[in-house]
Amino acid sequence: MEKIYLDNAATTPVAREVLDAMMPYFSEKYGNASSIHSFGTEAKEALEDAREKIANKLNANPYEIVFTSGGTESNNLALKGAALSNRKKGNHIITTKIEHGSVLKPCKWLEKLGFDVSYLDVDEYGLVDPENFENSIRDETIMVSVIHGNNEIGTIQDIDEIGKIAREKEIYFHIDACQSFTKTGINVETQNLDMVTINSHKIYGPKGIGALYIREGVKVDPLIHGGGHERKLRAGTENIPGIVGFAKAAEITTPGDVEKMRELRDYLIKRIINEIPNSNLIGHPQKRLCNNANFTFKFIEGESMLMLLDQAGICVSTGSACSSHALKPSHVLLATGIPPEDAHGSLRLSPGKYNTLEEMDYTVVNLKKIVGRLRELSPFK
Amino acid sequence: MKFPYSEKVLEHFRNPRNVGKIDDADGKATVGSPACGDMVAVYIKVDPKDSRISDVKFESYGCASNIATGSIITELAKGRTLEEAKSITWTQASDALGGLPKIKAHCSVLAVDGLRSAIQNYEEKHGLVKDMTPTTVDVVRRRLGKVMNPLTGLDMVRTNLVKEIEIKDGEVKIVVDLPDNHQFAPNIKEEVIDKIESLWDVKKVVVEFTE
Repeated sequence: MEKIYLDNAATTPVAREVLDAMMPYFSEKYGNASSIHSFGTEAKEALEDAREKIANKLNANPYEIVFTSGGTESNNLALKGAALSNRKKGNHIITTKIEHGSVLKPCKWLEKLGFDVSYLDVDEYGLVDPENFENSIRDETIMVSVIHGNNEIGTIQDIDEIGKIAREKEIYFHIDACQSFTKTGINVETQNLDMVTINSHKIYGPKGIGALYIREGVKVDPLIHGGGHERKLRAGTENIPGIVGFAKAAEITTPGDVEKMRELRDYLIKRIINEIPNSNLIGHPQKRLCNNANFTFKFIEGESMLMLLDQAGICVSTGSACSSHALKPSHVLLATGIPPEDAHGSLRLSPGKYNTLEEMDYTVVNLKKIVGRLRELSPFK
Repeated sequence: MKFPYSEKVLEHFRNPRNVGKIDDADGKATVGSPACGDMVAVYIKVDPKDSRISDVKFESYGCASNIATGSIITELAKGRTLEEAKSITWTQASDALGGLPKIKAHCSVLAVDGLRSAIQNYEEKHGLVKDMTPTTVDVVRRRLGKVMNPLTGLDMVRTNLVKEIEIKDGEVKIVVDLPDNHQFAPNIKEEVIDKIESLWDVKKVVVEFTE
């Protein structure tokens, strides 16, 4: 039986066109972009061409794009880099309770260095209250960092509103757009963004490559020192095949892809909520990523569901404690006020542009069976 | 297989043995709580002639290792005497399953605990407890330390849900610091009665809520 991959929020396959674009840069066009000779120039041209394509997607200047090894590095660079570079201004950072670990862990590390971090609450849908954000700003506040489209529950934040406030109060505004990039519009000018984390492997590009948009004039210290690559903000010979692939992936995304994912997502949500009793959608019903459907199923546990689905060839993910090493349910689910016993029964299905409606049908049929079977087994009813 | 589970664990997880309830069970126990993400109920029938477990069934809310351990523990216990069944350890269950990942010890030890608690429940109900010390507030409190507070995943004593314990003429009254219309009030009440009523000198258990 064919496998059905419904974990596109974790990663995506590399698109054929992307792979084709990358291939020459492994073998024939292998130059170092810092070299002056023709091999180097060839690589440099590919690098700058890619930079321009990525910048266009954000309405940014190519100069403001810094390539990194991925979303995690970009978030680290944004948080630590800006905090360390702006110590004279203050020691306060604002973020939310539903960030990815690559924002939360740098924040924890900065706290050890003497920074003070405020973690904003979210409502039941995972939305930050802009007023609450405004009230948490102090004279010492350096920056605010917010996850744009949440990787677990799919909620898309109202960044226009947050951006306006941040600009008015003259604090840096960083968004983690790993999930939302190319799926919903991002415009660094109209949305007052100072730093934007994006990456490639969530958009049918290769792993190991990402970027951080850093507005000209925003002060950031590098984390990796060495040669003068990437505006001296990220040393190391550029990963040209990866960068070319990343740019190609960004270039080929169409509104049609987004529409298709949304259609699959809505179909899944509608059937699951209607046909499986005691199932609930998590996250915002409208303001959500086109590829995220996340549910809780009462009285059963996520890892069991995930494993039985895998037996049926369907690959998904869960926020249950048993899927993590921490033995605690996901901090994002708990932040939305979902009780732990429901969080243990959560399941994220994230369709991608290569999925089909038939696959959604097969998934719903199997999920119904599996939920029913596990509920029969459960003493908790 | 990417999961850190043996084939045997997966097999028991996919096709668990002895699943269900025994309506006229001689001994039963529910351990764990939904808030912790795992919970096991064990039911036993005991042949009084030779004190052997003639039938055993389980229910599980939990991950694959929790379900698989519930399954194997019923297989190991069936036909054994109560004394033998009591001494079954997590290591034995794990060995019988071809090994369990260390990270899953927490989820799988619950089934072992469930079997022991079901046996204890049987012994108490049938006057087989050798230790005939009278029930005190301390004894009750210790028992309530095994009832989980579903709001936190910690037990109800540690989380200050137990407001009052009163013992008078074999009647135990427990006041729980929750409104009686709370979503978990019925679960907690049932679990509290379950844990306390089997004590040899307890005739009646009364559970009250604060509002």
